[in-house]
Amino acid sequence: MSINRGRVRWQCRRALLELDLVFERFLERHFDRLGDDQIADLDDLLRCEDHDLWAMVNGSKACETDRWKEMIGLLRQP
Amino acid sequence: MNVAKRTFDAVIVGAGGAGLRAALQLSEAGLKTAVLTKVFPTRSHTVAAQGGVAASLGNTTEDNWHWHMYDTVKGSDWLGDQDAIEFMVKKANEVVIELEHYGMPFDRTDNGKIYQRPFGGHSMNYGQAPVMRSCAAADRTGHAMLHALYQRNVRANTQFFVEWNALDLIRNSEGDVLGVTAIEMETGEVSIFHAKATIFATGGAGRIFYSSTNAFINTGDGLGMAARAGIPLEDMEFWQFHPTGVAGAGVLITEGVRGEGGILRNDSGERFMERYAPNLKDLASRDVVSRSMVTEINEGRGCGPDKDHVLLDITHLSPETIMKRLPGIREISIQFAGVDPIKAPIPVVPTCHYQMGGIPTNYKGQVVVPKDGNPNVPVQGFYAAGECACASVHGANRLGTNSLLDLLVFGKSAGETVVEDFQSGNLTLKPLPDDAADMSLARIARLENQKNGTDVHEVRLAMQRTMQKHAGVFRFNELLTEGVTRILEVAEQSLHTEIGDKSKVWNTARTEALELDNLIEVAKATMISAEARKESRGAHVRDDAPDTAENPNGRDDKNWLKHTLWYRDGNRLDYKPVNLKPLSDDVEPIALAKRTY
Repeated sequence: MSINRGRVRWQCRRALLELDLVFERFLERHFDRLGDDQIADLDDLLRCEDHDLWAMVNGSKACETDRWKEMIGLLRQP
Repeated sequence: MNVAKRTFDAVIVGAGGAGLRAALQLSEAGLKTAVLTKVFPTRSHTVAAQGGVAASLGNTTEDNWHWHMYDTVKGSDWLGDQDAIEFMVKKANEVVIELEHYGMPFDRTDNGKIYQRPFGGHSMNYGQAPVMRSCAAADRTGHAMLHALYQRNVRANTQFFVEWNALDLIRNSEGDVLGVTAIEMETGEVSIFHAKATIFATGGAGRIFYSSTNAFINTGDGLGMAARAGIPLEDMEFWQFHPTGVAGAGVLITEGVRGEGGILRNDSGERFMERYAPNLKDLASRDVVSRSMVTEINEGRGCGPDKDHVLLDITHLSPETIMKRLPGIREISIQFAGVDPIKAPIPVVPTCHYQMGGIPTNYKGQVVVPKDGNPNVPVQGFYAAGECACASVHGANRLGTNSLLDLLVFGKSAGETVVEDFQSGNLTLKPLPDDAADMSLARIARLENQKNGTDVHEVRLAMQRTMQKHAGVFRFNELLTEGVTRILEVAEQSLHTEIGDKSKVWNTARTEALELDNLIEVAKATMISAEARKESRGAHVRDDAPDTAENPNGRDDKNWLKHTLWYRDGNRLDYKPVNLKPLSDDVEPIALAKRTY
């Protein structure tokens, strides 16, 4: 079953401003070009707690889940 | 009326700290309780709170609620209601211990008690020395609190409606509140939540400003709904600003950076704080630093192509110090300012942080409005708690760590009041008017059919820039006057927003347009209330209300010791007295004095 992209887009609304800003940039640049598999990876990543997600995005914590690494890389692009 | 209807004893809008604390009270008392939230509960903005929750446990230094009450009244610049403040500080220990029992992982002292740390504005013995009053779970207090409360709610069978966006308050001809309308994002369907009690816990609206530390979800949804339903908004001119947010992004740069030796500089590289605060310089209090920065910018000494920010310089610190003591700040600066603070200074600007005003409530969490000469008559069936409410405990300025306390105490209090009213038979399910959902359906239909309209992002940006320029941290009469005209123009544009995406399900463009409807109400309330208040008090500082012998710090108690009430209808302003009388005889009123530290 394909994932509704609008739902995933809404999941990019987070509790921390830091993440909102990172996702705002990501949504503009990358979101519409993502394939279904990438959307599924993103959907999975978005289940993380905000502080953990931010730590992976800012590089203070390594991302140890293989399927998240590509998305973390895109989110980290300045 | 072609709208699905769900019936509950109580409906709560918002699942941050206040909403979850209120929900717990209701669910544990056996009330059938629905919590509507536009994001998953543990993704509410309460997560961002780091500092802690204030309670005079006295675990590390001597403390008592009398001192906490004094600090809070003084912090509020005497605009806080002393009955509500007494209630809050007296309840603090109870709500913190409860949270501990819910499994909140507070930091501990060596002997196993809750560890407490000092925080700005909190003192012992009526301002004599700093006190250790803030109970924290490392720098994730809000996160830990929200998780503890959420788990407890799951245990109590609270029913969550996640990714449901509340649209409008439902009132009958007597003005009683009967519930809300809401749209389910997954289906795009509008439903009525019909309830005996409705509690708003929707948080603040910090996104009305261009530079804000608030997450994108903080769009003042409860305030917009209340305003559209004829409920006034109280003291909306009072917003707390933090001096150092990253310019253009708003992300907070902690005071600790200046503590480590960070220096604020203007366009010529001058350390300008030496002129404004010769002794404390860059470490002067938040409001002094913020106003000095704005003065530099307003007088043409700002930095960058638009001369709209100043620089926070730590390049003189060794890279080792920065990496070791300020690692998070380096990441933030690289991510959001595009500069490595080891090599170049960080562009910063005073940034909106917290909303002191809100939906007027009493200490019981009941929403109160003026009626027949009484300024505080409860609206039947309507309650509010947390940042969206104005109890008023923060008055003109909030102390750090009092916001998490506010949402625990008044979340619980609102819940207790609903349970009492329910058990005494005072709450009944009143019949819905035939037009209960009409306003919401009309708003959705307008968005659906709007042609040649305005762009949501552009209107929101115009609102944010107008608020930042005209009602920022330091306020000027001419700018406020112009600001009123300008924000009413923006409000007019907001009536004609058009969205390209007309899809029914998961339409985030529609959600953002509906959020803008709420933001704009808060922006109007703020600008109009600020223009009218011709004094300086707490966070509302006017250039034309300076510090004089008659009006210390520009505060004019003779004319302005009163709460503002803004009504959406005609942008009418009303005022009501501040309650200077505590709740009990346990304490004397805290007498008016100049606020100095």
